[in-house]
Amino acid sequence: MTRIILSRLFQGLLTLFVLVTITFFLVRMMPGSPYTDEKALPKHILEQLKAYVGLDKPLPVQYLTYLKNLIVDQDMGILLKRDGVKVSEIISQSFPVSAFLGVLSIGIALIVGLPAGVIAAVKKNGPLDYACLGAAMMGICLPSFVIGPLLAVFAGLGLKWLNVAGWNTPTDWILPAVTLGMVNAAYIARLTRGGMLDVLNQDYIRTARAKGVPGHRIVTRHALRGGLIPAVAFVGPAFAGMISGSFVIETIFQVPGMGQHFVNATTDREYFLIQGLVLFYGFLIVGANLLSDLAQIALNPRLRASA
Amino acid sequence: MTRLALFLLPALLCLTGCQREEQLGSGETLVEKANREGVLIMGNSNEPKGLDSQVVTGVLESNILRALFEGLVSDHPSEDATVLPAGAEVLEPDATATVWTAKLRQDAKWSDGAPVTAHDYAFAYQRILEPSFAAKYAEMLYFLKGADRFNKGETTDFKEVGVEVLDDFTLRLTLRGPTPYFPQILKHYTWNPVPRHAVLKYGTMTQKGNAWSKLGNIVSNGPYQLKSWRRNDHLEVERNPYYWGADKVTLNGVRFLPINNSYTEARMFRDGLMHVTYTAPPEIVDFMKKENPSVLRQEPYVGTLFFRCNTKRKPLDDQRVRRALNLAYNQEEICNKILRGYKPAYGMTPPMAGYDSPHAISFDPETARRLLAEAGFPGGKGFPRLKILLASRETAATVAQAVQAMWRKELGIEVEIENKEWTAYLAAMQEFDYDLASSGWIGDYLDPLTFLEMWTDGNGNNLTGWSSKPYEELLQKSHQEADAAKRYALLREAETIMTAESPTLLIAWYARNYLMDPAVEGWKPLLLDNHPYDVLRLRTK
Repeated sequence: MTRIILSRLFQGLLTLFVLVTITFFLVRMMPGSPYTDEKALPKHILEQLKAYVGLDKPLPVQYLTYLKNLIVDQDMGILLKRDGVKVSEIISQSFPVSAFLGVLSIGIALIVGLPAGVIAAVKKNGPLDYACLGAAMMGICLPSFVIGPLLAVFAGLGLKWLNVAGWNTPTDWILPAVTLGMVNAAYIARLTRGGMLDVLNQDYIRTARAKGVPGHRIVTRHALRGGLIPAVAFVGPAFAGMISGSFVIETIFQVPGMGQHFVNATTDREYFLIQGLVLFYGFLIVGANLLSDLAQIALNPRLRASA
Repeated sequence: MTRLALFLLPALLCLTGCQREEQLGSGETLVEKANREGVLIMGNSNEPKGLDSQVVTGVLESNILRALFEGLVSDHPSEDATVLPAGAEVLEPDATATVWTAKLRQDAKWSDGAPVTAHDYAFAYQRILEPSFAAKYAEMLYFLKGADRFNKGETTDFKEVGVEVLDDFTLRLTLRGPTPYFPQILKHYTWNPVPRHAVLKYGTMTQKGNAWSKLGNIVSNGPYQLKSWRRNDHLEVERNPYYWGADKVTLNGVRFLPINNSYTEARMFRDGLMHVTYTAPPEIVDFMKKENPSVLRQEPYVGTLFFRCNTKRKPLDDQRVRRALNLAYNQEEICNKILRGYKPAYGMTPPMAGYDSPHAISFDPETARRLLAEAGFPGGKGFPRLKILLASRETAATVAQAVQAMWRKELGIEVEIENKEWTAYLAAMQEFDYDLASSGWIGDYLDPLTFLEMWTDGNGNNLTGWSSKPYEELLQKSHQEADAAKRYALLREAETIMTAESPTLLIAWYARNYLMDPAVEGWKPLLLDNHPYDVLRLRTK
């Protein structure tokens, strides 16, 4: 197990290094610069601004300086359009909000998606299966920018139960969490159904049935552990995605999380913020994948044996 | 488990509904609560990039700075052409309107109780002009004698700039020439003072990223001071107890919401979560006209919508072609059907303060066809397939499609539409990698110069490749003319040259479409949209 963890950590570090490098150069290849503005800057001002943050230096020098600042000083840089604001400041302010929303959403996704998937598999080709499959298909096909406003209009403007947007009271958490959760619940339900069907068709389940083990016991004791593996593999990266913010959800419901920064940073050519957010997101993905791998090992005896 | 979830979800929603009512009082909306508390809630489009008036450049930042800071003069709540005394009790020009003396009010204080002195103003003007500070909007101070030379590093002695502190409360500003409209320029936030003591407490004068303007550090001299700021959530200001006119301030605070999705904003408005939206999407304009016209506001705004022509490229280097294109689309129809509330632009400068643009452009397809034929493209034959560059903004795309169809019908030419992401679009324009580009310009101050000076040779905002010696000579003459009427005549003459040569294809003069709760009182239409908050009132039931 330790060997696997160390190996995964090494792979993760390598991934992050490649990610940082590719992002650095891709970002610099984008047309325009952080100083490309509607009101064009005089040349002498532009030169001063570039010199201040080192953008006047050759690209390899900029890259090495960035790596040095990142590794030696743990400094992800500053925002180029927001005077005096650090990338770490943006992440530390917005990540807790996105993480909280992500945890709520994944909770909803699991609470709804897992039972729906299990029921659909157990009641295969029955009305319940079709109902679950239909709902899941709708959840997958309907984008969040459709579900979100519909929910807001229904629960906010129509029933007056919840605010249509904002992040001021605990009740404001519900709509974005439900919207984000339902989309992922649909995927989890589909994956769980598939995983459960695979397991339920295996010989040892048939043997258990032949021995007269009750149906609910077969599901909970024998099939569930193996049937959850596809969903668990999905939940790791999906969780990372959810806790790092969803731009659409955050825009629709005015949630002060990381998602809006992702898109605005790209539009504004905020070089260091883009690099910082990609690095942070990469870090979350690597971490979530590691946890997902460990969970799969725990669930799958064959993997456990090989570890 | 599923049954439990199905039962719990509606129960949770019911519970939260009760909680919401409890939180806001019995059925009271957030707006009603804010009315009681005297706090105006406004949509402000996006997250402000900062609160240092010498660093930021945007409209949304200026909306906040207007609450926090005050310059020598301030905006009148209902009259565009009038300026009110603010930091200066008296602002006197000499006979040529070149030297202006400001007598500062002695009871003006920063929000930490320190007096606002002439040294704060001089410090601010030096700071924004210092080359190493690299302020993006330093050009706004080029009205001062010697300011451009100092800012460009051609001299290092600030004494050569026309800023003189005569005593603690007297400031003398010497300008590059007669500027009778100088008080209008002074309303711009780049002319605000900065608290010298606070700036120097957190760094040096020219230090980039000086922390003086951050939450917890910032001191301001306007009617309000910063109360709270949570990124992408809200920024709130509250009364400044040290403000010289604190007893006349009516609102207790203003809460700015950085909502960049106009549909979210409209939904929040309808849900009673805000008083004023930043904008209103066209669909909402139509809906509100029918459903609730009392909350819909459509007001003129000092801005012009146009297409830039790349005059370095053929056939747009031919004045006849540009003019033909300009005359061959129906502005009236575009304004009525797409740009609701906008007015057809017959000149570059929208109507303002007694200035009326030359009536140079109107829908005249016959003349357009003749000009195009004269340029060698009879009936559009042989005309190259040009592209209209635009940024991914819906209204701009619809306008471009309308113009595309009208040109096809009236001139028999085909143009393509090329959509780019915002910064890529700006970069393409600045690199002259375009034929026609959908553009707009909002005036910085209420004078035609803000719309005309940008078309001079070498100006970073020109981006058309067009320049005209007679045009620039007329602008230069206007800089030396103290008589307002004669000056306007010179500017009008210059504008006539420009519109005749059509480096820009004029489409419409801007309007502001937005929603406002009827509880807001004292908010009058203003061309620059710079509403002073301290005179507004919120009506409770």
